[in-house]
Amino acid sequence: MDRLLFGDNQFFGVNHMSEEKARQQMMRFQQTDAIMEVLDIAYDEGIRTFMCTTHDRLAEIADRVRADKARYSDFQFYPCMPYAHKYANAVTEHGMMGALKNFMPDDGIFATALSGAKALATKEVDGMAKVLIDMEMKMFHGTKTPVIFVQNVFADLLLGMGFTRALKLFHDHVIEKYGVEPAFITMNMPMMLEALEKEGIDRPIICSNINKIGFRMSGGFDAYLDALKSGRVRAVAMSVYASGAIPADEAIHWISELPGVESIVFGASSAGNIRGTKALVEKYMGDIAAP
Amino acid sequence: MSEKVRIAVVGLGKMGLSHFSMVNAHPHADTIACDGSGFLVDVLSKNIDAPIHKDYDALLAGEALDAVVIATPSKLHAPMVRAALERDIHVFCEKPFCLDWQDSEALTALASEKALIGQVGYHYRYVGAFCEMKRLLDAGAIGQVTHVMAEAYGPVVLRPKRATWRTDKSEGGGCLYDYAAHPLNLLNWYFGAPDRVSGSVMSKVFSEGTDDEVFSTLQWNDGPTAQLSVNWSDESHRKMSTKIAMIGTNGRLYADRQECQVYLRAPVPGLTGYDKGWNVKYTTELTEDRWFYLRGEEYSAQLDDFINAVQAGKTAADENDFASATETDRTMAMIIENAETGRAVGTATVREPVAARKRGWFSRRSA
Repeated sequence: MDRLLFGDNQFFGVNHMSEEKARQQMMRFQQTDAIMEVLDIAYDEGIRTFMCTTHDRLAEIADRVRADKARYSDFQFYPCMPYAHKYANAVTEHGMMGALKNFMPDDGIFATALSGAKALATKEVDGMAKVLIDMEMKMFHGTKTPVIFVQNVFADLLLGMGFTRALKLFHDHVIEKYGVEPAFITMNMPMMLEALEKEGIDRPIICSNINKIGFRMSGGFDAYLDALKSGRVRAVAMSVYASGAIPADEAIHWISELPGVESIVFGASSAGNIRGTKALVEKYMGDIAAP
Repeated sequence: MSEKVRIAVVGLGKMGLSHFSMVNAHPHADTIACDGSGFLVDVLSKNIDAPIHKDYDALLAGEALDAVVIATPSKLHAPMVRAALERDIHVFCEKPFCLDWQDSEALTALASEKALIGQVGYHYRYVGAFCEMKRLLDAGAIGQVTHVMAEAYGPVVLRPKRATWRTDKSEGGGCLYDYAAHPLNLLNWYFGAPDRVSGSVMSKVFSEGTDDEVFSTLQWNDGPTAQLSVNWSDESHRKMSTKIAMIGTNGRLYADRQECQVYLRAPVPGLTGYDKGWNVKYTTELTEDRWFYLRGEEYSAQLDDFINAVQAGKTAADENDFASATETDRTMAMIIENAETGRAVGTATVREPVAARKRGWFSRRSA
């Protein structure tokens, strides 16, 4: 993994500080051109990995990247799935079974299974989960996706319920079908690490909040540091600035001294902030691209 | 009680599923799930360790429970809560509490008589910014509040569609119960039950059976007048957005899920960290992490309080007790009655209008 990854919250109206700011960002990034402009700045700075939700609009970004292979030869996506709102809305609208039917191919092998005539066998449920993963990946065909994440609301829902077999299923399918690295986003890193290890997943890639003030590090600051020091996790740090609560230099300096943090993911909308973060990561952690 | 709390989460719909996940991850909870048969129950029962019951009565009869979390369609709340209380089981119930506020009152009395914890899932009272608004109001920060605007918008019903219980009024669906309940519950927290409700409109936009938007005017004797404006057919919001704005004799106060802003005309003695002019506090700095994070600290926090209260052997909820939720059920009943009859509900001692003095066209008071 590259040391510095570019995130996508700023493009889709996710802002942990202000609803007004979130709306302004939604307005600014309504057109794909505006997103592309910022991605280009990051890419030209050598930040070549875009870690992004499988939001419908990502399809347009993937199209642009595919269309100009010469310009984007090193561009890579780290998809984060599923885009939860899509499914939540479908469940509200069609109910659980209706939503599933909606997302399954019409004449596929699951049409009969979903008719409701009988209980589904575990094998059929697993098959459907794989189809859903493949549908999320469709928009990225022909691009590089060396790491694929499960997004946190979904991963943490499964974690809390104890349905961690589903995370293992995702893990295995990503390796078998795509030949790339599976990874997990969570707001509960120590608990997630333990659960993944119980599923037989060794040294998982886990993305979670890691910041000097312990902001949204659920499970406790010390438990995070212990997990990092243990060498059992390949960590991707997000929210390193804790939504702006920590001065940038101090935040990156602190992260750079932690063991186990392989990458930092950050979001920014201006050239100044992109270059600023890049400069700090280079200052404290060395080259921003993977060795 | 120092052992784990044996707790059943009943109803595995959108809210129930996330409640189950959070409760099941709680270090002090020993968790059971309960839902009618169906695809999800089928899949979960093959994949998780927590036992899943398919019948509520059998669950109550067969398990020695300390507590239940009721997250079924609203119409079922009253009978299910009653059944649990009658067996001396503590209850956390999803909002709205009961569709008939007389049920709410009776259950409040029952819980109190049996010294059981009754809590309702009005999670906005656990959002840092709205808590700060409460603290500032109680400190008298903006003086006498006269003017309140309470709003909620979001994308739930965006086109005519298949009916579910959420879109069936008799089942407790609709924008009033689902969305408006939240800002109303906050108004109840800040000012109590309104004395008079007028100007209520509950209208359809896309739904066939229920309201998609709600407006109302609420008045408190010796208190403010509030305007309520709620719409769940608003696609411009990514998810539900609730906001309250107030104007008082010493300034203006605003809160949404992310931040609390206050403008003070004059500094308030004893209120440290707040100066004359604009002050902003963010939920992120006002909130503490709990044991598990799924979709916002407030959801974790309310369940954490409930579970800890049960474990500690408390006899009443720390926040959102049945009585407070009953106030909101009653407020909603006033809005429904007002919207249906067109007549104002309740009486307010309206501030005496000042009789106009007869003067000439261009006379000035100072003249």
